[in-house]
Amino acid sequence: MKKFDKERVLTALAGPVIALVLAIVLTSVVLLASGKNPIQPYALMLQQLPFSDIQVLIINQASLYYIAAIAVALGFRMNLFNIGVDGQYRLAVVMTAVVGAHLALPSVLQIPVLLITAMATGAFWAGIAGVLKVTRGVSEVVATIMLNSIATAVIGYLTLTDVFGVQVGDNVTTGTMKKSGWVPGIDLGSDVGEIYGLVFLAALLGIAYWVVLNRTRFGFDLRATGASETAAAASGVNAKRMVLVSMLISGAVSGLAGLPLLLGDTHTYSLSFPSGLGFTAIGIALLGRNNPGGIALAALLWAFLDKASPALDYATPVAYDKEIATIMQGLIVFAVVISYAAVQQWSLRRQQRRVGAELAAAVNTKKEVAA
Amino acid sequence: MELAGITKRFPGVVANHDIHLTVRKGTVHALVGENGAGKSTLMKILYGMQKPDEGTIAIDGEQVSFASPADAIARGIGMVHQHFMLADNLTVLENVVLGSEKLHGIGGAARRKIKEISDRYGLGVRPDALVEDLGVADRQRVEILKVLFRGARTLILDEPTAVLVPQEVDALFDNLRELKSEGLSVIFISHKLGEVLSVADDITVIRRGTTVGTAVPAETTPRQLAELMVGSELPTPETSESTVTDRPVLEVRNLTVHAAGVSLGAEDEPAGGGLTEFAGAGETKRVLDDVSFTIHAGEVMGIAGVEGNGQTELIDALIGTKHADSGAIRFLGEDITPWPTRRRRESGVGYIPEDRHRQGLLLESPLWENRILGHVTEKPNARGFWLNPKGAQADTRRIVEEYDVRTPGIDVTAASLSGGNQQKLIVGREMSHDPKFLIAAHPTRGVDVGAQAQIWDRIREARRAGLAVLLISADLDELIGLSDTLRVIYDGRLVADADPATITPEELGSAMTGAASGHLEHEETAPEGTDNAGPEDEAR
Repeated sequence: MKKFDKERVLTALAGPVIALVLAIVLTSVVLLASGKNPIQPYALMLQQLPFSDIQVLIINQASLYYIAAIAVALGFRMNLFNIGVDGQYRLAVVMTAVVGAHLALPSVLQIPVLLITAMATGAFWAGIAGVLKVTRGVSEVVATIMLNSIATAVIGYLTLTDVFGVQVGDNVTTGTMKKSGWVPGIDLGSDVGEIYGLVFLAALLGIAYWVVLNRTRFGFDLRATGASETAAAASGVNAKRMVLVSMLISGAVSGLAGLPLLLGDTHTYSLSFPSGLGFTAIGIALLGRNNPGGIALAALLWAFLDKASPALDYATPVAYDKEIATIMQGLIVFAVVISYAAVQQWSLRRQQRRVGAELAAAVNTKKEVAA
Repeated sequence: MELAGITKRFPGVVANHDIHLTVRKGTVHALVGENGAGKSTLMKILYGMQKPDEGTIAIDGEQVSFASPADAIARGIGMVHQHFMLADNLTVLENVVLGSEKLHGIGGAARRKIKEISDRYGLGVRPDALVEDLGVADRQRVEILKVLFRGARTLILDEPTAVLVPQEVDALFDNLRELKSEGLSVIFISHKLGEVLSVADDITVIRRGTTVGTAVPAETTPRQLAELMVGSELPTPETSESTVTDRPVLEVRNLTVHAAGVSLGAEDEPAGGGLTEFAGAGETKRVLDDVSFTIHAGEVMGIAGVEGNGQTELIDALIGTKHADSGAIRFLGEDITPWPTRRRRESGVGYIPEDRHRQGLLLESPLWENRILGHVTEKPNARGFWLNPKGAQADTRRIVEEYDVRTPGIDVTAASLSGGNQQKLIVGREMSHDPKFLIAAHPTRGVDVGAQAQIWDRIREARRAGLAVLLISADLDELIGLSDTLRVIYDGRLVADADPATITPEELGSAMTGAASGHLEHEETAPEGTDNAGPEDEAR
């Protein structure tokens, strides 16, 4: 039994490791092709790692990625492609910022209300795609992509100065949120920075994700639906209900993705609020194999590439383009898809061979006994 | 044609090992063996789809090597696959010339050639018929013609009778004799021994990937052949004494299900496997039409029918994945018609699905998770809202032990088990929840003889304990042997019933084509209400 556990660890690690190695090699090829040193940039980026302020930046950024990637992974586990995480979290951030700016409750109430607002908004936005899929058979991929654009338009409307927008300089914001809704962080000194309080929410979500999927009936049904829709239906899963429920949950989680930043730092939504998180999260969920631990590592890696790469621009004596990190991120996604498919094939064949070998061995010993 | 020392290895298994096979000109050579014995691999090698690791193939004394099916075709080898490779929306002519337009063009010359081949071998193929209008047997003849059109001198037929009813099988065999008399060779793959003995000139038996013997049909009984094939004594599916009680478990009344998309009024659901002349009726929008029956505790009710005549819809309606459009299903006195699938399963409906890969298993999940599938709300898999992996794992070990599932452990994926062992796991799982009613759809399809006997034993055992079983199977011997009562489904209706103690597969077969209805009697008296049944009885 133990042997097979080792086997599982091996196959679980082989995919990401091969993907990363492949991505690094390909990035080096790109560097070589453009006449640059193929090794130096990695060293420069790694040199950033020991700095505490960079570490804080990485952790903060990773918490956003992590929550968004968990939302994506939830969909993946049942073969739903929620590409709308991006629209869901942006809309949720705007709604939360607006509520936070106009509602003043004590912190113990204000913060939960804000979290619920974010989750409800995300769930509502994803739910539209879910309802369309269940009732009209509209592909969730198409629906969520279009909802992303619609979200942009809705946000544009909400941030008009005669709706909820507040002009600050040449930036449009939603007004500063009431202090009771700010989530305090862990202050590590003025030169280091502050770790967002909601980093812990991200960690909790990861744990909840694992527990729900692996230890509850609902999670089993969800995974069964993802593994084989027909088998799940025959086993008694109501496929339509399952699609709707998981879309709602995925949306609710994506609604939380922007909150560490909103409640921990900016305290308002503005035009400079990061977008595109939802798309990055798809790559992170893929690299992390939809596994909460794997996603955490992937999110940290992504955040590291994001936060360590700007140093490349200022490197001496030779400066590099920080876009090398973007190239690498793209290549990782590309390599992940290939290496996972290959590893899956390989591992299935390996397992079949083992089963065959063990059974053959068993038959042989029996024969010997009989003889 | 001569094959010597053919060996083919796949990762982990030796599919073929030192195979010797000699096919004489102008004969039908049967290749028999259990599922998974290596017949299909051998044929793929012969047809150039795979290369052997060792061994030689010689045709007319000349050694050949095939890199692709095109090479094999060029050497006069043709293959009729078990699953037909025809384009439904094209005519017979178009299907035949597709891919070999260079031979006789696509017009008059090709049509003349088709007519010529069809007449010479008595295939009765009409070049301008649409393939979608053809029945299974007709389609098969088109496949044979397609191969002959390409100049094949040796035909490989892979399980050609699997989809046919007995009368169609006889017609096919007449065609084969015709081919043989014209000097062609036929390699006939099958595991139905009676058929093999009636049509073959030579028989080669494959077991565990190697040729274990040859037989001359005239001197061999099916039993001897089967023992050669299995390598041991043979089980029979006969039930011993009747255990039928008068306590109804499942009552189905006037159950009707319409084809999907019927509201659009445009879809004309074809009757699937039925013969052309019977399927052409064109008003079969009811895939299940007014079906009524009762199954009592301790009773096995068998349903015979050519695939595609409503069996799948009946199963779906009973398990609840598709709801009845009208009619009622009562289970232990309760009306369960509106119940969802899960509630039905929780209340004691067991289900051995017809397609275990699609409906019965999560192939990439470990065995113990597969043990949970379908019973996620029940003990020992769950404690209230929470899953209980420990309980499920322990119980999986028990099932593996009791049902002799050959596996090194419960953490391997379901995909790595053989078909028979997967099926044993499913049967074990369903039986572990003490079902009151079991839907057993093709419970031993693709399962080797050893596992088949075990599965039959389990069903019989549970039946003694009061289980009601709906048995749907394409294996008429299994149906007759295991059932207490028999019904025949044709075109969505239960058209006939029979007593399994006296009925023969041939008689059942004629009802499966819709030729006979009412109560089927074994006696010489023709089945009531039909005129088609008479000649068929004579043919027998």
